[in-house]
Amino acid sequence: MKERLFKYINFTAAFLSVVFLFGIIFSIFSEGLPVFAEIGVFEFLFGTSWHPVHYPPEMGILPLIVSSLVVTAGALIISLPLGVGSAIYLSEIARPGVREALKPFIELLAGIPSVIYGLFGMAFLAPFIRKLFDIPTGLNALTASIVLGIMVTPIISSIAEDALSSVPKSLREASLALGANRSETIFRVVLPAAKSGVIAGVILGFGRAIGETMVVLMVAGGSPGMIKSILRPVRPMTAAIASEMGETIMGSLHYRALFGIAMVLFIITFASNLITQFILEKGKRQ
Amino acid sequence: MKKFFSIFMGIIAVTGIIFAGQITITGSTTVFPIAQKAAEVFMNANPEINISLRGGGSGVGIAALINGQADIANASRPMKTKEMKLARENGINVVENVVARDGLAIAVNPSNNIDKITMEQMKGIYTGEINNWSELGGESMPIVVISRDYSSGTFEVFKKLVLEGAKVSDNALLLASNKAVQTTVADTPGAIGYIGIGYLDETVKALKLNGVFPSIETVNNETYKLARPLFMYTNGQPSGDLGQFMEFIFSQQGQTIVEEVGYIPLN
Repeated sequence: MKERLFKYINFTAAFLSVVFLFGIIFSIFSEGLPVFAEIGVFEFLFGTSWHPVHYPPEMGILPLIVSSLVVTAGALIISLPLGVGSAIYLSEIARPGVREALKPFIELLAGIPSVIYGLFGMAFLAPFIRKLFDIPTGLNALTASIVLGIMVTPIISSIAEDALSSVPKSLREASLALGANRSETIFRVVLPAAKSGVIAGVILGFGRAIGETMVVLMVAGGSPGMIKSILRPVRPMTAAIASEMGETIMGSLHYRALFGIAMVLFIITFASNLITQFILEKGKRQ
Repeated sequence: MKKFFSIFMGIIAVTGIIFAGQITITGSTTVFPIAQKAAEVFMNANPEINISLRGGGSGVGIAALINGQADIANASRPMKTKEMKLARENGINVVENVVARDGLAIAVNPSNNIDKITMEQMKGIYTGEINNWSELGGESMPIVVISRDYSSGTFEVFKKLVLEGAKVSDNALLLASNKAVQTTVADTPGAIGYIGIGYLDETVKALKLNGVFPSIETVNNETYKLARPLFMYTNGQPSGDLGQFMEFIFSQQGQTIVEEVGYIPLN
């Protein structure tokens, strides 16, 4: 009796998460799809002017999509070497004592709320970047990339470290026995063997960075124009949704356009999660 | 059984207290400080009335009023015809109450040697035609244009009074709150932004607009042109608890609160 009750409770919990997922998909798509019909798929996705409250409204979200991609790419350029590098150090080089001491710090980094990263970026990094490059404002794509890069590093690091640690010891021993030195073993044997896990970590980091809202809202500057330089303010998709949804008229075209942006964002992150799952599954089977 | 019955009665009694005199207020972050302080003082004097208060923005507040989820919608912009129409369709009889006035101050970094500006120059700056402080007689330094987000009530008013239908520059930084604009102007030597008069402090410098300095007097005598009314929309003429609360806002005490939180009281 107890056993069955327990089973039903757990089934309900699992079932509810599926319900929530489909509920979210349904509500976003039912609010967002009309905008594609009204503005036109091509004009909405590839229009280069985002002035939704101007009369007549101009609702092209290409500048927002490009801003998101540029900021995310910048974040990955920073977090990829840091994350994979720290994973290699922790898994392959550090003595067990050092590893046990360092790991909690990396995990702590992953647990810091994003608004705190945003505050750090706004109060310290942005003024620093402004003075360093002698530019008018430090709230720009570069600052957002750096903050997001720091934020995503622990995600990439912990998944890459798991993947590296699960490479069988016999592989390393075989490599060393064949006369390869330690760095050759790491870069030619262990890293390729853990490839799928490392790539999965990077894609998960990509999904986290492109979906991050608070940080870009606080440090990216929010200019709606097409990006011309990474030292200019940008307006990623998440920042546009979060800051414009609050005061817009419910049911208006602008409101629907924000749901349209949410659809684009959802599809991108959903695809990146699927690819991660796929790569991890494939890696396991090998 | 008796025990259950008393617990049951207890629950009814408690919910009875909670639902007695419930007022729900939602909306504009600009009007929020007025509503918050007023609710606090009002609830101290009338403990039987409970006021729950949320921000979210003018649009959210008006939507909540239209859906019947709020008794008062705070708004920093007038309701639009589309929203009026929606309200009528939902059987809501919208009544507009102007509770205070707000002046938008034009703020620059204290290091900037400019101290006055005209409406035309503002329009030039915000549409991207004027890009350097030297064009206004200042030192040669690129202007960092700071605006509020597209859908904020503050931007709405700014768009109407300053831009007059022109498009805001693609290079303008669009920030999410009065506070964000104020701190960014304070941190950025070349910046210009617009904020509620209540947000002015020593970290930024307010400019004279068309020769008039923003203040309570100049907004009230309408010589300062960048000003707007602040609204609390209700469903029908407020009566009962709601009527008491609205009366309190319009009272001497309520208008003193308006001034305390940095806005301009009705004469």
